[in-house]
Amino acid sequence: MTADGGWVWLYGVTGDGAGAVAADVPGVDGRAPRAIAAAGLTAIVGDVADREYGEVALRRNLEDLDWLARTARAHHAVLAAVAERGPVVPMRLATLFTDDAGAAGTLRERAADFRRALAVVDARSEWGVKAYAAKPAEPVLDAASQAAGPGAAYLRRRRAQLNASKDARQEALASARTVYAELGRVAVSARLYPPQAPDLAGQPAPMVLNAAFLVADKQAGEFASAVTGLATEHRFVQLTMTGPWPAYSFVGEGDGPGPR
Amino acid sequence: MTGPGYDPVVQGERIALVDLLDRVLAGGVVIVGDVTLSIADVDLVRVSVRALVSSVSALMDSMDEPRQEYG
Repeated sequence: MTADGGWVWLYGVTGDGAGAVAADVPGVDGRAPRAIAAAGLTAIVGDVADREYGEVALRRNLEDLDWLARTARAHHAVLAAVAERGPVVPMRLATLFTDDAGAAGTLRERAADFRRALAVVDARSEWGVKAYAAKPAEPVLDAASQAAGPGAAYLRRRRAQLNASKDARQEALASARTVYAELGRVAVSARLYPPQAPDLAGQPAPMVLNAAFLVADKQAGEFASAVTGLATEHRFVQLTMTGPWPAYSFVGEGDGPGPR
Repeated sequence: MTGPGYDPVVQGERIALVDLLDRVLAGGVVIVGDVTLSIADVDLVRVSVRALVSSVSALMDSMDEPRQEYG
């Protein structure tokens, strides 16, 4: 624990930290971020209190959705502000050290990894693209169906609805694959997240694609145009785009190459 | 880092919590060592956030094709 009985929260790592600390952004626990320099790198850290961020309290708080939301937003606010000023390697939420020396030690031990990751995210941003299956069109009934008895008409209509719905889902999945591949051509790399559940995504339609792309900043316009173009082209999906994000999805060891 | 293609629909809107949690709980660098607790082991959080962070097996099961085929 630090001298004042707290812990050191690590937001992310930058190269030369001068001016990139985002000290004007209230961080996690309402404390302004500060910098720790070591090995030619800068750790953007903040001090957090033991009563809320100590091991026992943290485990409990991570189960509390309101606490988690507040903390995630504070973590992100600092990283987003730092990312506006230069490349930053984001840490996963709740990366905590016992003191400054611990954070500095990690900078030294993993300096090569951090430099490599900084090179990957330099002058690039992450963009999120999600696709939702569009609602299938109501099937049109022909005269024969209308002329048949009510029971037969119902069965026909039901079969047509099921077919339309199945076709629409197949088309949506096919579109999602195409969108992912096409956007990957404009991106440096790409990563898939599991689709979000409809009630959580705030959309009744099922999500068929939840992807992140690392895009060169100078190609951000081209990427956005590609998203717009694909949205027009693929009527079985509805596309949404988020970003720019700090490159959360492209700094981990397990992140594979893009779809190319 | 704000490019000319910044989506006007998204800009200015509050970032959706699900999108943020996807990234801060499953992205970012994971460090083990002099750390009290890192969510390297996401299972810790999954207990209550499982539905939110997705992994959404229910939805995946309802899809006809596995997600790996995108890759």
